[in-house]
Amino acid sequence: MEPTLLKARGLEGSRTLASYLSRGGYEGLRRALALGPQEVTKSVIDSELRGRGGAGFPTGRKWTFVPKDHPGPRYLVCNADESEPGTFKDREIIEHDPHLVIEGIAIASFAIGAHTAYIYIRGEFVRWANLLEQALGEARREKILGADVLGSGYSLDIWVHRGAGAYICGEETSLLESLEGKRGFPRLKPPFPAVVGAFGKPTVVNNVETLACLPSILTRGPAWFASIGRPRNTGPKLFSVSGHVVRPGVYELPLGVTFREIIFEHCGGIRAGRKLKAFFPGGSSAPVLTAAEVDTKADFDACAEAGTMLGSGGVIVLDETVDMVEAAANLAHFYAHESCGQCTPCREGSDWLVDILHRILAGHGRAEDPDTILRICRFASQGMTICPLGDAFSLPISSIVSKFRDEFERRIAAATPAPPRKHPVLPWAGPRPGFGR
Amino acid sequence: MSTAPIHAANPEELREVRFDAAMESQIAELLTHYPIPRAALLPVLWLCQKRYGWIAPGVMEAVAARLGLSPAYVQGVVTFYTMFHTTPPARFVLQVCTTLSCAVCGAGELLAHLRKRLGIGPGERTPDGTFQIVGVQCLGACGSAPVVQVNDDYYENLDPAKLDALLDELAAAKE
Ligand SMILES: Cc1cc2nc3c(=O)[nH]c(=O)nc-3n(C[C@H](O)[C@H](O)[C@H](O)COP(=O)(O)O)c2cc1C
Ligand code: FES
Repeated sequence: MEPTLLKARGLEGSRTLASYLSRGGYEGLRRALALGPQEVTKSVIDSELRGRGGAGFPTGRKWTFVPKDHPGPRYLVCNADESEPGTFKDREIIEHDPHLVIEGIAIASFAIGAHTAYIYIRGEFVRWANLLEQALGEARREKILGADVLGSGYSLDIWVHRGAGAYICGEETSLLESLEGKRGFPRLKPPFPAVVGAFGKPTVVNNVETLACLPSILTRGPAWFASIGRPRNTGPKLFSVSGHVVRPGVYELPLGVTFREIIFEHCGGIRAGRKLKAFFPGGSSAPVLTAAEVDTKADFDACAEAGTMLGSGGVIVLDETVDMVEAAANLAHFYAHESCGQCTPCREGSDWLVDILHRILAGHGRAEDPDTILRICRFASQGMTICPLGDAFSLPISSIVSKFRDEFERRIAAATPAPPRKHPVLPWAGPRPGFGR
Repeated sequence: MSTAPIHAANPEELREVRFDAAMESQIAELLTHYPIPRAALLPVLWLCQKRYGWIAPGVMEAVAARLGLSPAYVQGVVTFYTMFHTTPPARFVLQVCTTLSCAVCGAGELLAHLRKRLGIGPGERTPDGTFQIVGVQCLGACGSAPVVQVNDDYYENLDPAKLDALLDELAAAKE
């Protein structure tokens, strides 16, 4: 497939406005301004574009939730938090083609009637925040942004807002709190951000990759976009592939390729001639799939049918040497560290999982531990928490226990500590390391 | 180009903080991005961390006064996020990613190597104040694991030999 989102990768000077314009850049925005907001929204609905940030919500439909007659400002927020483990695709777009993101933001802002947009980018991405600032500076100087966008009379300002180290701020309501200068505590929904969002105003939050799809939907048409993939699962998708593959990296492929094609064809298979054991298809928050499930199609509905999710498209590949108890402990540690602490099932549940998993690894596991883990995961998910972080650890960790239960039971029965390994999945020393600052 | 060291202001200097004209004008510009002053809190804190190297209690007080917030509120926000230093950092903060993709691709080896070479582990710093190690969560660069962020810069696809070369370069860095 000819790349759309990554077509600038490998081109010299691809980040500059001159390069972007030479590739037909800002033509989509020009068309959008000529069509008017309603037609733009209709095109996006017709393209069947679904959000690339994790939830896969239809983008055009989300825009229609913004109240038409609402007095006062409304906002567009580009989610560049990229915090889901195994995900590194938004950074790739920004690295090679920051103007593609800016054009997408401008199209979406115009469609919902926003005159201010924010790019919320994770604090660690200093380089990529700077690249965006440079591109925004160019766009302002050339009157692509500002009081009179491309001479249309429409005004738009875009500001970069840096986070400061918190996974939870990728979740849209936590992100909005953080944007407002608060701790990143998720809000109860409803009201949804499209109705009550940033500063109490209607706000659409869209992922970088979602927005980067918009220029080509406008220039090549919604039918072209919808012709890629299958109904309800359309368009190109970026897959971030990491772990034990020969060629990890970001791949742009049509939705609906199989994970076998991604892992064995595009990424060259498993390193060192080893065998595939398991993979997370959509970031670490997606339930794990085993080697036997590698023919699953990589799209939203096929992943849902397989009991998992496409999520962010972050494929984490594990080979046969990985101990799944260690993998579960590593992830439990991540979520325990990143739980914002508002909800008891998530805060205590994630911490409890770390304790149990470390106990098993230390050779002190109890026969009832696998069931206790499953029970904690049930209590921390399915609507028991304000935001889905509880689900984000409950689903993958319970899937590991369910699919690799024999590994847990063997470990518990042997009652010996984990042997030292060359690449331990628990890189820190000691049972409860002093993480954070 | 190699990573620039952090110059952490001495706690005495930050007992009482007055923003100079340059800081004031940058803060004023940031305020124009938002409908309410509080929203400029994170950007202003970033500005301060760049300027003073860390967010001392005196800095929180000055920021609070400038944005019309209470110092306690500012402290609450500062401590929610992991990237604000509330104590003076070493010149180079080695942020070693320990999440799954990095873990299975050698983050443990990097930490073991750092322990051998610098004698410190996560949460510790070298006595001369040059290096500090922090175990961090996924840095969003998993395809080039293992990854270490040094101050603002990413170093990817590392192994012990590359790490050694990097540490040599950093240790030799001029002020
Ligand atoms: C715990 C958690 C973390 C999330 N992290 C991100 C993220 O880093 N980037 C992102 O775009 N969306 C993230 N999301 C999803 C957002 O809440 C939101 O659905 C998304 O930004 C909407 O954009 P889209 O409709 O374009 O997909 C996260 C959700 C949860 C529950
Ligand atoms: S796991 Fe280390 S960068 Fe993502």
